[in-house]
Amino acid sequence: MNELAPYLILILVGFLPNELWRMLGLVLARGLNENSQIVLWSRAVATAILTGVVAKLIFFAPGDLASVPLGVRVGAASVGFAAFLAVRRSVFVGVMAGEAILVGAGLFYGS
Amino acid sequence: MGTWSSVMRTYETNFVSFAAGVGSALTSVFVLVLAGTYIGIGALTHNLGLSPWWLAISTALIFAAPAQVILITALGAGSPLFEVAIAVTLSAIRLFPMVVALMPVLRGPKTRTRELVIPTHFTSVSMWVESLRILPSLPFARRVAFCNGLSVAYCGTAVVFGFVGSYLAAGLPALLSAALLFITPLSFLMSTARNARAAIDRLALVLGLLLAPLLTYFQIGLDLMWTGVIGGTLAYATHRLLGLRA
Repeated sequence: MNELAPYLILILVGFLPNELWRMLGLVLARGLNENSQIVLWSRAVATAILTGVVAKLIFFAPGDLASVPLGVRVGAASVGFAAFLAVRRSVFVGVMAGEAILVGAGLFYGS
Repeated sequence: MGTWSSVMRTYETNFVSFAAGVGSALTSVFVLVLAGTYIGIGALTHNLGLSPWWLAISTALIFAAPAQVILITALGAGSPLFEVAIAVTLSAIRLFPMVVALMPVLRGPKTRTRELVIPTHFTSVSMWVESLRILPSLPFARRVAFCNGLSVAYCGTAVVFGFVGSYLAAGLPALLSAALLFITPLSFLMSTARNARAAIDRLALVLGLLLAPLLTYFQIGLDLMWTGVIGGTLAYATHRLLGLRA
C-alpha cells in the first residue's frame, strides 16, 4: 500500500485536477471567445500562480539549492531576468546568465 | 489540389502526417526548453525522494510542468493533499482557453470528437504554439495525426530528460545539483514573461512574485491559491478600471 500511495496521490491530486480543465475545454469549446472576460481573468490567475511558484522556489529553495545563500539566489534570478530582457527576450540566454551567476557565486562562497 | 498544392502540405497517409509532426517537433526550439525544464524537474524529484518512474508517469498523465512542480514540491513539503489539488487545478485553468482555441483548428467536417481526446490531453504550451502555427497549412483530414506526432515527440522528450535530471542530480556535487534545481524557477519566470504581452498579464506576473513569499512567510494556508486568486483578480480589476488594452 505504501508503495502505491505516491501513484494514487498522483492520480487524485495531480492528474484529475489538472485534466479537468482540458476536458472541459473539449466539451465547451464551441461558443467561447478567446478574449472573453472569464478567459482574461483565468489567464491572470494562472500567471500569478506560476510566478508565485517561481518566487517560492527561489525564497524557500528545496534540497541542495537551499545551501546557496538567499541573496545569491535572488541576485542570480535578477541578473538572469535582466539578460533575458536585454537579449531579444531569449529564455535560453536568461537561464544561462542566471545559472552562471549562481554557480560563480556559489563557488566564491564555497557552499 | 491544383492551385493549393504549392501552399498546402499534403501528406499521403495519416502515418506520414504523424511522422512529419514528430520530425517538426524534434527540430523546434521547444525541445531545448523542455529538456532544460524537465532536467530541473528530474533533479527536484530526486531531491524530494520521489522515484524517476513516478516522474515519468506524472509527465505522461499531467504533461504540464507548472502542475508537476506544484505537485512535487508540495508532496516534498508534506502539504495537505486538499491544498495541493486546489493549487494544481488553479494552475491548470489556463489550459481551458488553450483547448478552446485549438479545437476549431483541429476539427474538420469529418473529425469525430473522440479523435480529439488525445490532442486535448496533450495540450500544453509547446504543442499548442506549434499546432496553431503549422496546422492551418494542412488539410483537415491530416491535422489530428500531425498534432499527435507533435504531442508524442514533446511528451517523449520531457519523459527522457526527466530521467536525465533525476540521475544527474543523484551523482553531482551539491552546487551543480543546486544549479539543476535553479533551472525550473528561471525558465518558468522567463517563459511566463515572454507569454505576458498584455499589461494585465505583466501585472499578474509581478503580483504573483510578491504575494507568494509574503503569504508563505506569514504561514497563510492555501498560499498558492490565494496568490492566484488575489493576484489575478487585482490584475484583472486594474485592467478593467484603467481600461488597459487586453
